[in-house]
Amino acid sequence: MAIFLDEKSKVIVQGMTGSEGTKHTKRMLAAGTKIVGGVTPGKGGQSVEIDGHTLPVFNSVKEAMTATGADVSVVFVPPKFAKAAAIDAIDAEIRLMVVITEGIPVHDTAEFFAYAQSKGKTRIIGPNCPGLISPGKSNVGIIPSDITGKGKIGLVSKSGTLTYQMMYELRDFGFTTAVGIGGDPVIGTTHIDCFKAFQDDPETAAIVMIGEIGGDAEERAAAFIKEYVRKPVVGYVAGFTAPEGKTMGHAGAIVSGSSGTAEAKKVALEAAGVKVGKTPSETAELMRKILS
Amino acid sequence: MGVPVLKGAVATTAQEAATAAASMGGRVVVKAQVKVGGRGKAGGVKLAENADEAREKAAAILGMDIKGHTVHKVMIAQAAPIESEYYLAILLDRANRSFLVMASVSGGMDIEQVAQETPEKLAKVNIDPYKGLSLDEAKQIVLKGGFPSDVADEVAKVLVTLWDVFKKSDATLVEVNPLVKTKDGRVIALDGKVTLDDNAGFRHPDHESLIDTSATDPLEALAKEKDLNYVKLDGEVGIIGNGAGLVMSTLDVVAYAGEKFGGVKPANFLDIGGGASAQVMADGLSIILGDPAVKSVFVNVFGGITACDAVANGIVQALEILGGKATKPIVVRLDGNNVAEGRRILNQAAHPLVQQLETMDGAAAKAAELAAK
Repeated sequence: MAIFLDEKSKVIVQGMTGSEGTKHTKRMLAAGTKIVGGVTPGKGGQSVEIDGHTLPVFNSVKEAMTATGADVSVVFVPPKFAKAAAIDAIDAEIRLMVVITEGIPVHDTAEFFAYAQSKGKTRIIGPNCPGLISPGKSNVGIIPSDITGKGKIGLVSKSGTLTYQMMYELRDFGFTTAVGIGGDPVIGTTHIDCFKAFQDDPETAAIVMIGEIGGDAEERAAAFIKEYVRKPVVGYVAGFTAPEGKTMGHAGAIVSGSSGTAEAKKVALEAAGVKVGKTPSETAELMRKILS
Repeated sequence: MGVPVLKGAVATTAQEAATAAASMGGRVVVKAQVKVGGRGKAGGVKLAENADEAREKAAAILGMDIKGHTVHKVMIAQAAPIESEYYLAILLDRANRSFLVMASVSGGMDIEQVAQETPEKLAKVNIDPYKGLSLDEAKQIVLKGGFPSDVADEVAKVLVTLWDVFKKSDATLVEVNPLVKTKDGRVIALDGKVTLDDNAGFRHPDHESLIDTSATDPLEALAKEKDLNYVKLDGEVGIIGNGAGLVMSTLDVVAYAGEKFGGVKPANFLDIGGGASAQVMADGLSIILGDPAVKSVFVNVFGGITACDAVANGIVQALEILGGKATKPIVVRLDGNNVAEGRRILNQAAHPLVQQLETMDGAAAKAAELAAK
């Protein structure tokens, strides 16, 4: 097993005919992902040839789902059109929508997230995220598929490159699923959602979480871990040395006043029994000790 | 904005302040115009009885430092005969992934204190971002906030107007503090604060002109021109990496390594993002090498989409572009996509300033050591 995504997942690419969409469709196909088509409003009826695969293009997610049986969509459309693409997928009641697009206005994300909540059918991962990979099964988004293979660690992270770094550090163990939840202030799937799914997944033996400064998502995750998670958890929080009031790349990564600091997050996680490393390598070492 | 306010004028000198006060007549308030909260507590807001006093107060406030922001402008506004001070705000509520209205009849300077000590005096109500805020809901919130009945309808109207502003301007915060009831029964916004979402810039080309560049660090301004995600810090090790999380983590690892070398620290945050072309690398390196505080540079890249050979070529070409301007040692750690080729390219170039290390920890220690020399 894996969480959210496995070898049976049928994936459509929203924005497949754009340059980013085409580039990453190629990579996902190479990783073994079952891509069954794409959606570009106005280009329905055409088909695209990518690395020997003939992929049909549809005008809407609904049409694509009816024709292909897709249950997962991945969104590569530019920020301006992302809200419309998301609403299209939510209206079609797709099971999982992974939004890779960076730079979506937070009002748009808040709107389509609220809309998805009211419909209750669609899990959103992202936006501004690298997607998720269940190694050896499926890869949706932009996480490199060759860092490591299948194993028994579950990983949840706000940061893309730190996901790669941590998968690399623990490449001899491998992963059930690695989920990049994204660094925006409003995201569809949180650390908590992933912890719940990893706890309920029999193949996941231990969980790594990577957080970063800003907000209180890690503190809330800590409270949830204490209550629900019985598997060992190790954690890392980026930004221990970040100064107050400066935004570090991610719109969500800012320390305001005493809240949102890495130290506060570490304290909260440790109180919930999570072993917290001060660097990625130290964190990997903590996991290594648990699993060997 | 459609929110009722008093007459006001912006002044950059004490004389301008006096002239503005004279034209308004009577009592005025002189307020520091800085983009940071807590001005009142810091002494940046003063009452003046007449034009002469306004000149005096403005002279004292102009040039003042409030939380690292120098005051270049003051606002002169008519002083209202205030009966009560209220608080209204709409903001992004990250925890609930929604929007939040906060309303209180205990307005004025200490809303943070109200929130902490008497949370029952602060009504907090989430707004569905998809459905928005209706006048009826606004009235409910005002009721919950305990506003007196003679102003309730007026406050609810102000709240709906604030929601329109919040929505239309893609704000993450719209705050009125204080919203006052004057002795003659009017409801007036005396001061406010708006925070805008950078991501929504494409819908608001006019927002660009609101950015006050005088408050920005010169290196940060230069980086912004080059579209680089750069934040100036106060250490000695220049940092370049890909991805916000990895760069933040690099700052931490360098700071820890620096503890063994006299406390050297990272000099900046610089995320070159996914496509690390030679030009982006050259722009990044030239900004970092232009920082006189920098003693060494650490380039930390994990190739995901970006291949390490492209990054290595970027570094080599960047050093060619920079020529004699590159004078500081550069420690490089490459991993991930096509790392063998990336390392080979750097080894072959054998630039005298560049050295490679295999791990992030090892490279951070080396960069810290070089900066301490």
